[in-house]
Amino acid sequence: MNHSRAALSSAECRWAGTGLAAEIAQARHVLLLDPADNVLLALADLPAGLCIRDGDTTIALIDAVPLGNKLARMPIAAGSKVIKHGAPIGSATRAIAAGALVHLHNLASDYLATPATERAR
Amino acid sequence: MRGWLRADGRKGIRNIVIVAYLVECAHHVARAIAERHDAGDVHLIGFSGCYPNAYAQRMMERLCCHPNVGAVLLVSLGCESFDRDGLLDVVCASGRPAELLVIQQAGGTRSTIAQGRAWVEGALADLATVPTVPVLPADLVVGTICGGSDGTSGLTANPAIGRAFDRLIAAGAAGIFEETGELIGCEGHMAARAVTPELGAEIVATVEKAAGYYTTLGHGSFAVGNADGGLTTQEEKSMGAYAKSGGSPISGLLKPGDLPPEGGLYLLDIVPDGDVRFGFPNIADNAEIVELIASGAQIILFSTGRGSVVGSAISPVIKVCANPETYRRLPDDMDIDAGRIMEGRADLDTVGVEIEALVHAVAGGAQTCSEALGHQEFILTYKSFTPAGPACLPRRVA
Repeated sequence: MNHSRAALSSAECRWAGTGLAAEIAQARHVLLLDPADNVLLALADLPAGLCIRDGDTTIALIDAVPLGNKLARMPIAAGSKVIKHGAPIGSATRAIAAGALVHLHNLASDYLATPATERAR
Repeated sequence: MRGWLRADGRKGIRNIVIVAYLVECAHHVARAIAERHDAGDVHLIGFSGCYPNAYAQRMMERLCCHPNVGAVLLVSLGCESFDRDGLLDVVCASGRPAELLVIQQAGGTRSTIAQGRAWVEGALADLATVPTVPVLPADLVVGTICGGSDGTSGLTANPAIGRAFDRLIAAGAAGIFEETGELIGCEGHMAARAVTPELGAEIVATVEKAAGYYTTLGHGSFAVGNADGGLTTQEEKSMGAYAKSGGSPISGLLKPGDLPPEGGLYLLDIVPDGDVRFGFPNIADNAEIVELIASGAQIILFSTGRGSVVGSAISPVIKVCANPETYRRLPDDMDIDAGRIMEGRADLDTVGVEIEALVHAVAGGAQTCSEALGHQEFILTYKSFTPAGPACLPRRVA
């Protein structure tokens, strides 16, 4: 607990700033908030099987990803940090494949339990 | 913009009568008095607890003496512990017309309602004759909160509010953001924005306090609806929530009821001090809105993705909707469509300017959606705080 808190405290808390609108306008389905992120944000309700562009890579969605939800843009090992806004937002509770939905079933806070988490597992 | 100058030098953008119950047992009588009148002119607030609480007493003093309030009717049952005479003294000293009705001494329910309605009629007639004065951008205190957040909140509405905050503060206004439990993970960045290193250390300490408090409770401010909207963890919610503060230096750290001493950006610490005593810090968004208002906010900017519909007693609430689908679903409840950013139909700066313009319009008398719909939610619960230390408001000390 202390270790993860220290790691987060030192992380710069960044959010999408100038140029966000241009990024959103260019992206069709997903948004990369920060180059360091290992997740993408769905800009619409995306069906499973859809192929999306991530730079030069194409990712096939394993799960349906609703608007505002996250999907893995690369494989994420169990226990490693999930990065969004360029900062860790928790740790993977199991291995996550590229194209999978990242949510309560495979991501947990390093600070505080999420009330819905137990129900979702 | 025009408003009402109060004896303490602050200016109201509304001139309402408050009917305040001092224990739940007086709630029905107070409501019967207030509901007789136009909802825009008479607002109902109160404290339900029978046992004394210094925080609740101070909050009621601040709320009854808020610049948007022109006159105050207190409704007491008679045997509750609330210091009704102390509150009445504070309101009278502020120069406002005030009256206290004690149900047990006024002949019971029917008689108290009749006396209360008559007093409010008179107060409204008096308030209508009070002259207005110009309200300048630097006279404004604006609070911000997010509720019913989803994955879009941190991308559109929150950073757009941040842009509006930057513009309002540059024009001399005070801006207040809050909920240190929703800033977990952002404390280092906030400390670097503080106007002194000592204030930065206070900000880090207050976020650590919040993390400890919520850990004791077993969970943070994260609600099931946040998860339904695509947010997974507290720190993910924090990253998005933090964007509401914009980019101004942080001038001070307030506790509920502390007033910003001048323009600038302030963080409001809503997590109680000491041991965990009264349960969850704020049981719903409206408790936080009430604390922002007690700290002087005349207008609240409320960011929502899932679609909160609430307003508040005393100060108008402007709803900034982050999610374009939510805006289409709840158009009557939403003032600003920040979801256009999501669809490439607007950018953050455009929406930020739009929010600032709406703040000025509402300060000039325009009704927000929640005002027009009659929303006047109000919650005040038990809490305990120790006073903020001198490092929390460096410029006032200097």
